[in-house]
Amino acid sequence: MPNPTSNVPYSNGPASEQISNIRQTLLMMASLANRNLALAMRALVDRDEKLAASVEAEDSQLDELEVTIDELVINHMATHAPVATDCRFMLVASKISSNLERIADQATAIARRSIELNKEPLLKPLIDIPRMAEIAEGMLRDGITALIDRRPELAQEIIRRDKEVDAINKQLARELTSFMLEDPSTITRAMNLTIVARCLERVADHCKNIAEEVYYLYQAVDIRHDRTA
Amino acid sequence: MAATLSTATGTAPNSRPMDLTRKRRWRSVFSRGMDVVVGLVTLAALVPLVSVLYMVVSRGAGNFRWSMLWQLPPAAGMDGGGFGNALVGTLILVSIGTAVSVPGGVLTAIFLTEYSLGSKSARTIRFCAKILSGLPSILAGVFIFGVLVATTRTFSVLAGGLALGILMLPIIILATEEALLRVPRFLREASLALGANPTQTVLNVTLPAAGSTIITGVMLAVARAAGETAPIIFTALFTSYWIRSLHEPTASMAVLIYNFSNVPYDNMVNMAWTASFVLIVVVLVTNIVSHFVANRSK
Amino acid sequence: MSFKTFTTAMDEPTPTLQTGKVVPSSGVSSPSPTPDKSARLNAPTVIDINNVDFYYSASKALHGIHFPIKEKLVTAFIGPSGCGKSTLLRCLNRMNDLIDGARIGAGSIKISGVDIYDPSVDVIELRKRVGMVFQKSNPFPKTVYENVVYGLRLQGVRDKARLDETVERSLRGAALWEEVRDRLHTSALGLSGGQQQRLCIARAIAVEPEIILMDEPCSALDPIATVKVEELIHRLKQDYTIVIVTHNMQQAGRCSDVTAFFYMGRLIEIDATGKIFTNPSQKQTEDYISGRFG
Repeated sequence: MPNPTSNVPYSNGPASEQISNIRQTLLMMASLANRNLALAMRALVDRDEKLAASVEAEDSQLDELEVTIDELVINHMATHAPVATDCRFMLVASKISSNLERIADQATAIARRSIELNKEPLLKPLIDIPRMAEIAEGMLRDGITALIDRRPELAQEIIRRDKEVDAINKQLARELTSFMLEDPSTITRAMNLTIVARCLERVADHCKNIAEEVYYLYQAVDIRHDRTA
Repeated sequence: MAATLSTATGTAPNSRPMDLTRKRRWRSVFSRGMDVVVGLVTLAALVPLVSVLYMVVSRGAGNFRWSMLWQLPPAAGMDGGGFGNALVGTLILVSIGTAVSVPGGVLTAIFLTEYSLGSKSARTIRFCAKILSGLPSILAGVFIFGVLVATTRTFSVLAGGLALGILMLPIIILATEEALLRVPRFLREASLALGANPTQTVLNVTLPAAGSTIITGVMLAVARAAGETAPIIFTALFTSYWIRSLHEPTASMAVLIYNFSNVPYDNMVNMAWTASFVLIVVVLVTNIVSHFVANRSK
Repeated sequence: MSFKTFTTAMDEPTPTLQTGKVVPSSGVSSPSPTPDKSARLNAPTVIDINNVDFYYSASKALHGIHFPIKEKLVTAFIGPSGCGKSTLLRCLNRMNDLIDGARIGAGSIKISGVDIYDPSVDVIELRKRVGMVFQKSNPFPKTVYENVVYGLRLQGVRDKARLDETVERSLRGAALWEEVRDRLHTSALGLSGGQQQRLCIARAIAVEPEIILMDEPCSALDPIATVKVEELIHRLKQDYTIVIVTHNMQQAGRCSDVTAFFYMGRLIEIDATGKIFTNPSQKQTEDYISGRFG
């Protein structure tokens, strides 16, 4: 005999409540991702192993949040059949949460690399990497601001900054390659730094994606893949 | 002027333009013809009504004096006089008839619709009511004559009222039943869903909702009873004096008209016409009043 | 809420996230991403429907219906026309007694442990505890005030203060007070359709039932009135157990906590609404809610 068996704990509130729930969860996830990124960078710069370890531990929270958001989104869509902005928001929330989760993954990767780098002395003063990180963190913050304050016009400017990060990454890769060619003993450290740079380049990409999603949410125009608004 | 709508593309299946002009067709001629026939038939149906009214008003209204309302009928050959006692008599007889038939009739109708709808006893009662409504009115008079007048050896107002009540009863039963059936079922359901028992539902919801229609039914019965002559002759007879008690005969409008129309005295014949006129006015006023009462309670 | 408040959280220990609970850190208002209503789905049972068969004269309308209805939740019955959902609803307050030949063939319906079809049960009392709102609003042709106090007057309440207080409470509870407070003594038939339906809801809650049954309450209403009634249902479920029959699936999705799908007099599936609409376990259910039914 059928009986209420489900363990799905999400009971039914009015639409506005469910949407604001998803919004709040997304914003919490954003703050955690931002935090993890900043902590990973500090662990790298300060050569702090404990901090690096804590970043790795925090990552699982974000994974759970991503699953939670998707469950909330599908639940809301199935029961309330949202339209217009609400409907776009569902799609956008899911995508942004996925991007945030990947940002956190990159932060974890950076933390792991920093533990490796601590085993040897500094190869060179860290300048470019922190600059990349600063731009990327700025992109993330501005993207979330655009989401909260409903300012899609910020998106295009954020997308431009991604190019900056790409440029620094390319230049840094060339520099590190020349290090490795000159002095083979630096290969391990140079490789790790290259990887860190690539992580940050990926973080910037994800922030660009977030900005594109925010633009889509408020303008209903898809500007991904170099499509113009 | 042809009103045409052309479709946008010539490749549409119905690409010829729609022609919306009125055409002379057999259908419209026939329709016009029927309009005329219906109008004529309506006029024909109005003719008796209009002619009766005309006759009564033209012959009766001219002689009307307000004094007639409180004077006693004239003796043979006398001038003047009135039909005050007859008017009062009719009013009292009809009131007694109403008092007798309305409670019983309404309760019967409630029983038929609310408590035993569709059952055998309901069908039997309804059948009897329908037969009773076709009863020749004189038989009601004869019946009361046998039951009351012969046994008490006196013609009386009471007997007259009872005879009228018998005539009013089936009308009230059937009209009330119809009014109650018209009350939408969901009103009853709403009342029951709030925890009312059937009695409370009838008293508080069904009866008030049907109220105006019931009153109309009562007024119909009253109008019929006011004009009855034959049953009153057998029960309340006639008198030239004011009513003294319920156990004595009384004058009534219908009987007065009957009595006065066959005599060779002009005064009395004219009085009969005037009495007819007044009777019609009274019935009309009653109907108007009942309309107001019915609509006010909505 | 600006993002700055989030960034200050960076220097503080992160809020630990256990499933279902978020402990707020200062500066961050705590959303609860998993509203802990799972406890509510384990709420006590108010109506126990046990293997019920129901007949209209010779034809069997319900086959072996068996499920509980939980306290202070909204349970929706959905299903195509003729599937028996209205029949079952009307069994719960014995309105089917009004129909000749309608009877329970097997099983029992117990409300708070008492079999409501037991001969010792007073139907009138039952209907005071289990109120009903109908598909087409059916206010009495009386004043607004008289409509609301009808149930109380039936019970013999005369005290004017109590009646006045009940009228205000019920009309507020039905989100109608502000609109009609100046016309309490005008005819109820002068209200709009949506207002009349909310008046019927006010009338039902005036007698303070435990359970409210609603038979397609919004099917005769325009979209705005429907939204108002649905908001009302969200509020009412804090105090009353509500059972709704609706042929509008989206309404079941929006309003209800538990959804039961019926077909041809049988219960096919019952579960939390979110689960039914995202991942029903019976193919028939999925076909129906996707609109793929015949």
